[in-house]
Parts: sequence; C-alpha cells; structure tokens
Amino acid sequence: MSVTINDYLALSFLIFTIGFVGVLVRRNFLTVLMSIELMLNAVNLNLIAFSRRLSDLTGQIFSVFVITIAAGEAAIGLAIIISLYRQRKTLNVDEADTMEG
Amino acid sequence: MRDLLWLIPLLPLAGFAINGILYLVSHRTHGEAHPGHEVHPAEAKPAPSPTTAEDAPPHASAPSAHVDRHPHVPFKTAHVFVSLATTGLSCLLAFAAIVDWVKAEGLAHAHVVTLATWIPQGMNALRGGGSAAFDVDWAFRLDPLSALMISFVTFVGFLIHVYSVGYMGHEEGFGRFFAYLNLFMFSMLILVLGANFAVMFTGWEGVGLCSYLLIGYYYEKDFAADAGKKAFVVNRIGDLGFALGIFGVFAIFGSLDFGTVFSAAAAHPERFAPYATAICLCLFVGAMGKSAQIPLYVWLPDAMAGPTPVSALIHAATMVTAGVYMVVRCNVFFRLAPDAMNFVAIIGCVTAILAASMALVQNDIKKVLAYSTISQLGYMFLGCGVGAFVGGIFHVFTHAFFKACLFLGSGSVIHAMAGEQDMRKMGGLKEQLPTTRWTYLVSTLAIAGIFPFAGFFSKDEILGETFGHHRVFLWGIAIVAAVMTAFYMFRSYFMTFTGTFRGTDEQKRHLHESPGTMTWPLRLLAVGAALAGFVGIPEVLSAIFGVPHALARWLSPIFPEIPGVAPEAHLTPGTEAALMVFSVTVAVIGIAIAWRFYTGERAFERPRRLAERFPAAYRVLFNKYYVDEAYDAVFVEGLGKGGGRFLWDFDARVVDGFFVHGARNVVLALSWVSSLFDQYVVDGLVNGVAGTLQAGFRGLRHAQTGRVQNYAFVMGGGFLLLVAAYLIWR
Repeated sequence: MSVTINDYLALSFLIFTIGFVGVLVRRNFLTVLMSIELMLNAVNLNLIAFSRRLSDLTGQIFSVFVITIAAGEAAIGLAIIISLYRQRKTLNVDEADTMEG
Repeated sequence: MRDLLWLIPLLPLAGFAINGILYLVSHRTHGEAHPGHEVHPAEAKPAPSPTTAEDAPPHASAPSAHVDRHPHVPFKTAHVFVSLATTGLSCLLAFAAIVDWVKAEGLAHAHVVTLATWIPQGMNALRGGGSAAFDVDWAFRLDPLSALMISFVTFVGFLIHVYSVGYMGHEEGFGRFFAYLNLFMFSMLILVLGANFAVMFTGWEGVGLCSYLLIGYYYEKDFAADAGKKAFVVNRIGDLGFALGIFGVFAIFGSLDFGTVFSAAAAHPERFAPYATAICLCLFVGAMGKSAQIPLYVWLPDAMAGPTPVSALIHAATMVTAGVYMVVRCNVFFRLAPDAMNFVAIIGCVTAILAASMALVQNDIKKVLAYSTISQLGYMFLGCGVGAFVGGIFHVFTHAFFKACLFLGSGSVIHAMAGEQDMRKMGGLKEQLPTTRWTYLVSTLAIAGIFPFAGFFSKDEILGETFGHHRVFLWGIAIVAAVMTAFYMFRSYFMTFTGTFRGTDEQKRHLHESPGTMTWPLRLLAVGAALAGFVGIPEVLSAIFGVPHALARWLSPIFPEIPGVAPEAHLTPGTEAALMVFSVTVAVIGIAIAWRFYTGERAFERPRRLAERFPAAYRVLFNKYYVDEAYDAVFVEGLGKGGGRFLWDFDARVVDGFFVHGARNVVLALSWVSSLFDQYVVDGLVNGVAGTLQAGFRGLRHAQTGRVQNYAFVMGGGFLLLVAAYLIWR
C-alpha cells in the first residue's frame, strides 16, 4: 500500500483543525501561538504534497516563504507576549480585552 | 519631440530625487556639527496666522535672532540650479512637444506615448456575460486639453520656483521645500498628462500628498501640522468618490483608457446613459474634495498655513483646478447625465456665493485670497454644470495667472511686513512696494472682471452661458457673487496699499520692495493676468477685434458630438453685449463701495457702523457660518466619542441659538441663505448622525468583546458558512 495524496491531505487537514481549535479554545497565549504554528505547517504540508503530485516547484518555494513568515511571526508574537506579561503579569488571553466596545 | 512627452513629468521627479538626497545628506552632517540645530524653528518669516503670531517662539526677538533669521543653507546654489533647471527644461519641453504635435498630427489626433505596462492582464471585469482584462499602461496623452494644462502648469510653476528662491532664501529647510515643490510638479504633470484614469489617479493622490507635505512645511508648529492633516483627511473623502467613479467606469466599459472610454460613450450613448448619473456624481465628489467645493471646502482656508508660494502654486493656480480639469475631461459622461450637471451647477453656484460672502469680512490677506479661490472655483463648476465646459477651463486658465500673481503679491507684502498678515496693520504700502502694488492692482482688476483684463473674458463667458441656458436664478446668484468679488478684492487692495500705515514703527522701518527674483515673476504673471483673456474673445467682440474665440476652436476636438444630445445654445449678440455691460457695471459698483468704505479720511467708519447695525450677520460671516465648528462637533467630537447626548446639546445650544439670531435679521439676504444651509445641512446632519448612531451602534457595541478568540471564531465560522454555501449552490 502506497501513500497517496489523499493521505497527505487528511493529515494536513487534521493538523490544521487541531491548530485552529487550539487557537479558539486555549487560554494560554503561548499555546495559542504554538497552535498558529501548527496551522502554518499544515499548510506547508499541503503545499508540498501538491507540489510533488503536480511536479511543480512553485509549491515548495511557497512553503519556504511560509517558513520565513512563520519565523517572523514567532519573533513578533513572543515580543508581544513578553510585553503583555510585563504589563499584566498574566498570559491569559481573556484578560487582554482592552478593545472591548 | 512629442515622443519625449514622458520626460516632462520625469524631469521634476529627477529634481525631487537630487534635491531630496542633497538635503538629507547636508541635514545629517549639519545636525552632527551643531547638535540641537535641527529643532530650531527656521522661519523668522511667515507666521502663517494672526492668532498664532503672538505666541511665536520667544527667541525670535532674542539677541540670537540674527542667527535664526539667516541660517546657513548648505548646497543652496545646487538646490536652486537643480530645481530651476528641471522645471525650466520641462516647461520648454512642454511647449516644444505641443508645437511639434500640432504641426505633425493636428489638433484632432491625440498623441499617446506608452512608456511601460503597469498592470498587465490583472483581474477581469464581468460585464454582460463577457469579461475584459484589467490592463493598465503608463501612458501619457497629449491632446488640446492636456496641452493647455501643461502649458500653464509648467509656466506658472517655473515662475513660482523662481519666486521661491527669493522668498524662501533664509529658510533652513530650503532644500526640503524645493524637493517637495519638484515632487508636486511631477505629480501635477502626471495628473494632467495621464492617458487613463489609473495614471490620472496616481497624479491625483500625488498632488494630495505634496499638498499635505507643503501645508505642514512648518511642521514644528501645531496649526500647520493640523492644517496638513485636515487637508489630507478631507481630500480622502473626495478621493473615495473618485475611486468609486473609476471602478464604475471600468465595470461598464472594461477599460480605463480615455480614448477608448469616451469614444465608446459618445458612440453608444443609449447603452451608457442609465449609469451616467451615478458615475458622474461619484467623480464629482472627487472633484469637490480636490477643488474645495461645499461641503468639502473647509481644508483650503487652513491650507494657508503653508508658505505663500505653495498657496500660490498648489492652492490657487494648479492643484485645486484638477477637479475642473477632471470634469471637463469627462465631459462626455457629464453631458449624458443632465441631473449630475444640475448638481454640479448648483454646488458651484452656492460655493461661489458662500465663499465670496465669507471673504467680505476676513482681515488676513491670505485668507481673503483663499476664500476668493474657493469662490472662483465655484464659478468654474457653475460653468461646467450649465454646459460651458470651455468657459470653465478658460476660467481655470486665466485664474491661474491672476490668482498666482495675487498670492505672490501678498507674499511680497508679507515679506516686507516681516511676517505680518493682518491687513488692519498695513496701509499705504504703495510708496515702498511700487512693483508689488501695480501687479496686485492689475490682478485685482482681472479678478473683478473689468474689461479688458483676463478675468472679464472668462467670467463673462460663464455668466453669459448660465444666462443663455435659462438658469436665470443661478445667474442672479453668480452676479451677486461677482459684486462681492469686486468688493472684497478692492477692499484688500485699499486696506493694504492706500491710506496711512497702521503698523508699528519697527515694521515701518523694515518695509522694502522685494528682490528681483520675486518681482520678475510678479511682472510676468501680471502681464498674463492682463492679456490671457484674449485667447477667448466672445462672439460680439470678435467682430470688433477681428479675432475669433481661439480657445473654443483649440478645445473643440475634446468635445465629441453625441447623438441625441443637443449642441450648445447661442445667445443673440444683443443679449450678449447687454450682459457684458451689466456684469462690468456691477463689478464697478462693487469697487465703488469698497472705495467709499476703505479710502479717504473716514475709512473703516462705514463698515464698522454696518457691522454694529447687524451684529449677528457680521458674526455669522466672520465665523464662516460656523461650518468648521459644526464639522468639529459632528464628525470629530460626535463620531470620535460617540456621544449622542452631546450632539443633542450642540443642536439645542449652538444651532438653535444661531438659528434664532439669524432669524432676527431676515432682512439680510445673507442670513437667509445661511439659515437655509443651517436648516437642511447642519440640522439634518446633526439629527441624522445622532439618530443613526444611537440606534445602530447600540447593538453593535456588544459584538465588540475585545477578545481575539471571539473574532477568530466568527471568522472561522463565517468561512465555513461560505464554503458550505459554495458547496450547496455552486
């Protein structure tokens, strides 16, 4: 039994869903950030699977870009978390609701 | 030569780059050599508003003032050379290209130079089942209209550059100023030369940016920075309309190219006519913002916070006329939309009279000219609105000369008065400033519409056409505005140049005529103000002079015939002559009133008595109908802080109080106009905004939890719903 593109897509979908639900339900900022990381990597997996399947390098190049962006996103996200922690002494996302109307 | 068209805007851009780099380099080294130097408020000169002149920085009068007054300007010669060479060359090139094009191709064939592809095969537009590619080129178009515009934009622009060399000579930010000014020339030329709506919009936004930068040139001062922001924000409202209009044009024609779009509209008017009104109204909203029409005019008076050459170039001669240019450019659309035309005419007419009435009581010499500019722009739109597109663009042309000359003249006066702008402190300056006085007088006669100065021809054409299209009511209002124009312009002339000097002794000793770099542009512009009108001699007079209306003939190719749209009606020679005599007579009456009021031994006594007899009317005029206050309350305070109760308070106190005061003086026609404005615009705005806000946003507030995860949940849920909907109904 060989691994088909459907398996890749199923795995990618699973990881993406885990990541998305993590973003929605977890209250710890760090966990939310890690969940976003999961979502991005699920997308990478998807891109590379299609790239292999279609013999088109665009997808792989795209995933390199995604990794770059993810690195930047992690850096900025962590910076935000640190400054939030300094201000609020907490990492609970529900406490960061200054923008409530 | 005509293929070098693209060089005309690009030369000033090169000037901008060189000036900007030189300024940055010198500024950095300079700052290191003299720490703290860069924060000093450079200008001993223009203190742009009388209210703020008093709280000028204390060190302006300190012993070290001499150093501040003449700071070292690094690379000054290089800045002067670069900016004058680029604008001068671009001016010469413009004229050479026009001559070459007319000789080689003739007026009827627009010459289009495509420089590069900008957006190749972008998104597609759906129209009637098919689709069209969004294909935009960097293309420039030379046709009678753009030729006219580039000729005076480059010429007046060059003169104002020369003038600025003298006027800004002692400014520490000399290089920055010239860099911005060159960038403005680039944007303005892109605007008028662009061969499609996208390129035009690029220039449109570019001039807005430069306007913002130059209004806020004295950015250390709060009011200048605020004025810049105000201009930028108000213009964004207009630009939204313009952008919507462009989207509409693309949705219907599948192209943004002027040639394609207008010939399609002229060839199949029946297919386009249903959409014409909506598109024209959107486009006109853009013109209202850029050309300072009611209700978006509020930024222009504040824009006087910029240096005077900027007021002359950007806020009088060129940028603010971009709206008129755009309307004339889109004349095919507008002629298909009579309702939109009516709207344009009414807005123009109301703007003309309201701005003129506000100018009656201003004491700041630049503010008078600012309101006068708004009023003249109103005339131009009135002309366009009644179908006299040639008249509108003709007034743009003549106005560029006389208004630039007036502004530069006022700059020369302010220069001599060491920054004083209050006309009550001037008087009798004709002795010390003879050149400024004569050029100012010529331009004042031109704007008042006295034969044979330029303003007479263009204003008379607009008035005549308004009358000829049976808009007698609008014509009447425009005539009243003409009387006011003659009055307030001569009021400013008499207050400044005749009588006795009313300033301090120190100011009196400082009085001097400006240097040659400032007086020569004044002289040339005054010649333009005197003679520019002869390019458009009306029919009645052409028999006497033996010269036809050259401008109408020149511009005729840009007004293609549209089947089903009647050509313009013509007045009989007798009526035309009678109207001409009448409008000159009323202008003379306005001048005579100004002469009675502001000259002789009992000068100022009559206007003071008049103001005392009608205090409410005077206050309303002096406070410019409280429009700024109303906008501030409704849009800034009201929307910003969401206080519905505040709006009701404002309504009860200011508006009702103001209304009652106004009603007491119904005898005055002006109060009547202002109360109408109040009732429909201000009241309507206040009540409408307050009601909508309270009702609509109470529920919406609860959706704003401030928690990111809630937002993410809504977003994800929405996405899933969209996918589900797609899967079900695809």
